[in-house]
Amino acid sequence: MNWLSRFNGPQTLGEGGVFWSLFVVTVIVLATVPLYAEFFIVNNLAYFLLWTFMALGLSLIWGHAGILSFGQTAFFGLAGYGYGVISINLGDAHGLTWVAFVGALILPTLLAAVVGYFMFYGGVRDVFVGIVTLSITLVMETFMAQTAGPEWAIGTARLNGFNGMSGMPPLTIPWFGDDSIMLDGNPFYWFVLALVVVVYLALRWLVNSRFGNVLVAIRENPDRAEMLGYNVRLYQLAVFTIGGTLAGISGVLYTTWGSYITPSAMGLTAAALPIVWTAAGGRKDITTTLVATVFLLWVSQTLAVKGAQYALVLMGVLLLVVVLLAPDGLVLLVVRGIGRVFRRGQPAGSNNGAL
Amino acid sequence: MSALLETRDLSKFFGGLYATNGVSLAIEAGEVRCLIGPNGAGKSTLFKLIIGTYQPSGGQVFFDGHDITPLESHRRVNQGLSIKFQVPGIFLELGVEQNLRIALQRKVAPARMNDETERLLAFLDLAPSRHLAAGNLSHGQQQWLEIGMAIALQPKLLLLDEPTAGMSPEETFKTGELVKRLNADGMTIVVIEHDMTFVRQIARKVTVLHFGKVFLEGTLDQVVNNDDVARIYLGKE
Repeated sequence: MNWLSRFNGPQTLGEGGVFWSLFVVTVIVLATVPLYAEFFIVNNLAYFLLWTFMALGLSLIWGHAGILSFGQTAFFGLAGYGYGVISINLGDAHGLTWVAFVGALILPTLLAAVVGYFMFYGGVRDVFVGIVTLSITLVMETFMAQTAGPEWAIGTARLNGFNGMSGMPPLTIPWFGDDSIMLDGNPFYWFVLALVVVVYLALRWLVNSRFGNVLVAIRENPDRAEMLGYNVRLYQLAVFTIGGTLAGISGVLYTTWGSYITPSAMGLTAAALPIVWTAAGGRKDITTTLVATVFLLWVSQTLAVKGAQYALVLMGVLLLVVVLLAPDGLVLLVVRGIGRVFRRGQPAGSNNGAL
Repeated sequence: MSALLETRDLSKFFGGLYATNGVSLAIEAGEVRCLIGPNGAGKSTLFKLIIGTYQPSGGQVFFDGHDITPLESHRRVNQGLSIKFQVPGIFLELGVEQNLRIALQRKVAPARMNDETERLLAFLDLAPSRHLAAGNLSHGQQQWLEIGMAIALQPKLLLLDEPTAGMSPEETFKTGELVKRLNADGMTIVVIEHDMTFVRQIARKVTVLHFGKVFLEGTLDQVVNNDDVARIYLGKE
C-alpha cells in the first residue's frame, strides 16, 4: 500500500483503511447512480460535482496557502466564455471541442498568472488580495454585461451582454467512422465524476508533497518560510495559478452542462458562494471542502425550489455561523462530534496536527 | 583569510532616525560572536539588514566573498545564512515534527528524511512533543524549535537574535551548550544577547553596539571592564 501513502499526510484528514474503503464505496455508488436513478438526479449530481473544482482550488490557495481570493469566479467566467467563443467558432466535429476545452483552461490560467504576478510581486497581501480579486471579477461582470450589441462578437460567437451566451456544443469524443460520442447526459456525468476523482487525488498528493509543506508554511508564517530559503512569492504565484485553472475547469463544465453562461456567473453573489462552501466545509482540508460543497449545493437547490432567495440567506447565515463557531468547518465539527461519541471514556485522540 | 561575513558602512534610517549608522563588522569563519548593546542600539536592525528583511539606506553586506546586498532573503538563506528571530517565528498551528520537516526538506533527500527528523528531534529534546502543535510548546521549547529549523538548513553562518529570552537558567545553559556544539561542528554563529552569563559561556569576542554604531570590540573581559560600556548601559556619568 506504499503508493497509497503518497495521498496521505499531515495536510489531509483520513488516511486509514476505513477512510479509503469509504472513498472507493462512495465512488462506486456515485458511478452507478445513472444505472438506477432517473435522469433528473444524475443531471443534478453532475451540476453539484462540476462546482467542486472551484471550491477545491479555493481550499488549495486559501485553506492551504493562506491567500483569500474573492474572485475565483473571474477565472470561472473567463473559462466559460472562452469555451463558448472557441467552440462556437470551431464547431463540434473531429473532437474540436477538446481544443475549446483546453483553450478555455489556458485563458484563466494565464489570467491568474498575470494577476498573481502583479499582486505577489507587487507586495499585495492579506485582505487586499481579496479586494483586488473581487474587483477583477466585478469588472469582468460589468464589462460582459454591456456586450449586448452585434458589434460584440468574436468570429461567429455573439457575447450577448446580460442575456449571456448560449448554443455552445457539448464536449464530443470522435468515434469510428463519422460517429462521435456527445458528453451530455450520463456520459457527461461520468466524465465530471472521473475528473473530480482525478483532481481530488492529485490535490491530496500535491498538498502532502514538499510543495504542499511549503504552502502551509507560507500560510502560517510567510517570513519564516522565506527565512528557510523558500521563494515565497513564487510559491504564491504558482498556487494561485493552479487555483485559477481549477476555477476554469468548473467554468467550462458549467458552460457545457447548460450550454449557457451569463455575466452574473462573475457577479458578487456568485463570487461569494465558493467562499461559503469552502469555509463551511473546512477550508484546510480537501475532503471536507469537497463534501461540503456538494452538500451545500444540494441544500441550495432544494431550497431554491421554494424561492431562490432562501438559499442565499441560508448561505450567508452559514458563513457567519462557521466563522464564529466552527472555524475548522462544519464537516470536521460533525466528524469530531461522532468521534467523541464513539471514543467516550478514552483519552482525547491524537487528532491531526494540521487542523 | 577574508571574513565569512562583512558589513561595510551599513546604515539604515527610518525617517530621520538612524537605527544602524555605518556599521562595519567582520566575522571570521568559525567564530562565535556576541552582539550586545542597550535597547535601541540597532542590533536587531543589523540582523535584518544582514538577512535581507530590510534593504540598507547605505553600505554593503558581503558573505563568503560575495556582495549579497541586492539579494532577496531566500537567496541569502540559500547561500548559507540562517536566522532565528527575536520573536519565535515558527509555524504555530503545525506539528513540531512537521515544523522541522519543512526546514529539513531544503537539504535532506526524502529517503533520509525520517532519520534526520529523529536526529534533530533528539538533539533539541523535543521528541516527546513531536505531535503537539508548535503553538502549544513552552516559550523555551519554541525558541529551540526555531533554532532547530534554522540549523536544519546546515548554514555556514547562523544568526541568533536573543535565543535565551524567556528561558530558565537551566534552559539558558543548555542553549549555550547547543551553540558550542554547533560551533565545534564548524558553524559560525553571531548572537544578540543580554544575558552576560550566557555570553561568557559561548563567546570569545564581543561587539558592543550603541546608537547604531560599533562602540567597542574585544574580549568579554575587556568589554565588561570598560568604563564607557558601563556608562552607556547604566547611564553612569
